[in-house]
Amino acid sequence: MNKSVYASPDQVSETKRHILTVLVDNEPGVLARVIGMFSGRGYNIDSLNVAEVSNDENISRITIVTHGTSEVVSQIEKQLLRIVPVHSVTNLDQEGSSVEAEVALVYIYISDTNKKKVYQLCDLYRARKIENENNTTIFEIAGASERVNRFIKEINEITKVEIVRSGPVAISSIKKNEEE
Amino acid sequence: MNNEITGAEIVLKSLAEQGVEVVFGYPGGAVLPIYDTLFKQNSIKHVLVRQEGGAIHAAEGYARSTGKTGVVLVTSGPGATNVVTGLTDAMMDSVPIVCITGQVPQHLIGSDAFQECDTTGITRPCTKHNYLVKDVNKLSSVFHEAFTIAQNGRPGPVLIDIPKDVQFASGTYEEKNKIIIPSHRLFEPSPDFEKNKIEEAVELISKAKKPIFYIGGGCINSGPKASTLVREFINMVGSPVTMTLMGLGVVGSSDKNSLGMLGMHGMYEANMAMHECDVMINIGARFDDRVTGRLDAFSPNSKKIHIDIDESNINKTINVDVPIIGDVKQVVEKMITVWKEKKFQIDDKALKLWWDKINKWKDVDCLNYNNEGKQIKPQYAVQRLYELTKNTKTFITTEVGQHQMWAAQFYKFEEPNRWLTSGGLGTMGYGFPAAIGAQVGHPDALVVDIAGDASILMNIQEMSTAVQYRLPVKIFILNNEYMGMVRQWQELLHGGRYSESYTDSLPDFVKLAESYKAVGLRAKTTDELDDVITQMIETKNTVIADIWVTKEENCFPMIQSGSAHNEMMLSKDQKQDKKSAEKGKILV
Repeated sequence: MNKSVYASPDQVSETKRHILTVLVDNEPGVLARVIGMFSGRGYNIDSLNVAEVSNDENISRITIVTHGTSEVVSQIEKQLLRIVPVHSVTNLDQEGSSVEAEVALVYIYISDTNKKKVYQLCDLYRARKIENENNTTIFEIAGASERVNRFIKEINEITKVEIVRSGPVAISSIKKNEEE
Repeated sequence: MNNEITGAEIVLKSLAEQGVEVVFGYPGGAVLPIYDTLFKQNSIKHVLVRQEGGAIHAAEGYARSTGKTGVVLVTSGPGATNVVTGLTDAMMDSVPIVCITGQVPQHLIGSDAFQECDTTGITRPCTKHNYLVKDVNKLSSVFHEAFTIAQNGRPGPVLIDIPKDVQFASGTYEEKNKIIIPSHRLFEPSPDFEKNKIEEAVELISKAKKPIFYIGGGCINSGPKASTLVREFINMVGSPVTMTLMGLGVVGSSDKNSLGMLGMHGMYEANMAMHECDVMINIGARFDDRVTGRLDAFSPNSKKIHIDIDESNINKTINVDVPIIGDVKQVVEKMITVWKEKKFQIDDKALKLWWDKINKWKDVDCLNYNNEGKQIKPQYAVQRLYELTKNTKTFITTEVGQHQMWAAQFYKFEEPNRWLTSGGLGTMGYGFPAAIGAQVGHPDALVVDIAGDASILMNIQEMSTAVQYRLPVKIFILNNEYMGMVRQWQELLHGGRYSESYTDSLPDFVKLAESYKAVGLRAKTTDELDDVITQMIETKNTVIADIWVTKEENCFPMIQSGSAHNEMMLSKDQKQDKKSAEKGKILV
């Protein structure tokens, strides 16, 4: 953290993980604008996820996991809103109730001795085996990040693995008007 | 049916429809089609600079002195990279600029072509927004949106990068009023914005016993009407007011409520009043570190009201009690209405005590300097310049350093838009091209660049521009042969080790002026000063006035980095204690 005497004396709240979802016009350079703001101003990105969400309106949703005090995160939100193609910024943690999930693909080094244990663990975590041409053992697990973390920790204790994770995406679970 | 015109023609047509009268630029391979179109028309004037960096500062000077948007036209590659400093400067100081850059043809993009660079990539953090236009049919809508974005909300620079093939291609032009800009791309304060906050703020002011208004550049960006309203409101309250470097002129120097500038080299009374006030009303300023000093000791006992058009400035460094997001003009107008409606009245007795205290601080006479002998003191030079130009419509620009602070301290501004200086970025070399821009916008006014001998050399090539367009800009150099502010910091914080701050081999500025067919003047002693200034003003040509000033004068008062508002250093206590020097030198 910045120890300068110019640093704000009022940073009293604790550092917390926050999930921000940012709706943006899907135009060239928009992702660079968003992540450039983070790096340029010294904010953290723990994970980042981008995908187009509406086909007709050309809008993308960027999900950013960051951490910081509430003052810092509120500054991040305001800085994001200054970016011209940004429609809205929602701090899902502040909204109170949201659902988050991520996907991990796990290549598992399997042998006769650990096979049973591996399958038991995968079963327990409802990880799904993905069939593939080379007939290697690749499992897919989806869910909250902590759950994926636990799975990875436990499978690591059994055997060597290679992992790729999507990083979390999240959506507000507050009831919306569902007239249409 | 064919209404199609070329991309280059669309560029010129868009500029014309946006009311652009002048473009500052420099041609090159990737903008030749636009320059060709420029050649065939008469409505838009082009000012040819001598380096692209000069073009953008000139556009800034033009924009800030006229309130219009400054337009820059440069080529790809080095043309674009040379404007990066100016774009950053305009971003920091909220100056509306539209910068057009040429780009290599689309099929060459990404191939490391001659004079290719990733212009939109490089300028993304130093523009409000930028575009790479790939479709000629989108060109006019991009231009109209760019001008709106540059001027809307908190103004700033917008860059449009146009590949050469798009300039040649044919497409249709769409008029300004046919373009619909989605609301999320602009800043629109809601019509009834924050009414309660305004009432809360006005009530807080009415209960203040020791109020102070803290005025910034946002008041100037909001237009001349904003300054009138701010003055009116301050008069109704009867409160003292201090201004930032960018806000000078919003309230006249001679106004009875004005305490002058605050901050690092601001007035003692202004900083002390900021420190001890009970209600602070920040209008269009952003708690810059040059203003606040040490944050944990910044105005510790006050309730703070902050009016700003840019929400990200709220609680950025200083937490405030009553934030109001909006345009100064609209907000202050409502504040005045509320004040009148509710018949608010400030506690006169308390206010009188507050003024008594402030007047005691004024007695310190913080700008006092030793003016003995025949050598010209830099402060005295600025004072004389002010006395001899105050009855003329004068625009003052500056470079960056000691001379800039002396200009801010000793030149008295009575109106907004007359003072052009690089505040946020602190760009040496800003002042002279900015003066050229101001002179283009105000051909009949007196435009003086108060410069230092080091800063002026950073854009001295623009002499050629000034002379070519017969712009009678005056360059008033406070020549001490040092980078004065660097030297001052080295003296106060680095044990007097003047590492690389002495400028050896300076040019003879008089001969330099003459070599450009301008006029060079020199004053070596106080006896010569008034004559030189008078002659400078009366000369209908570009002038360099080389004023030899005392070499080792320091700029006081000063809040050293890491100190608080009530720990100001005055010229009489120049001897520095070691401890704070150690603490201060790690800071900028």
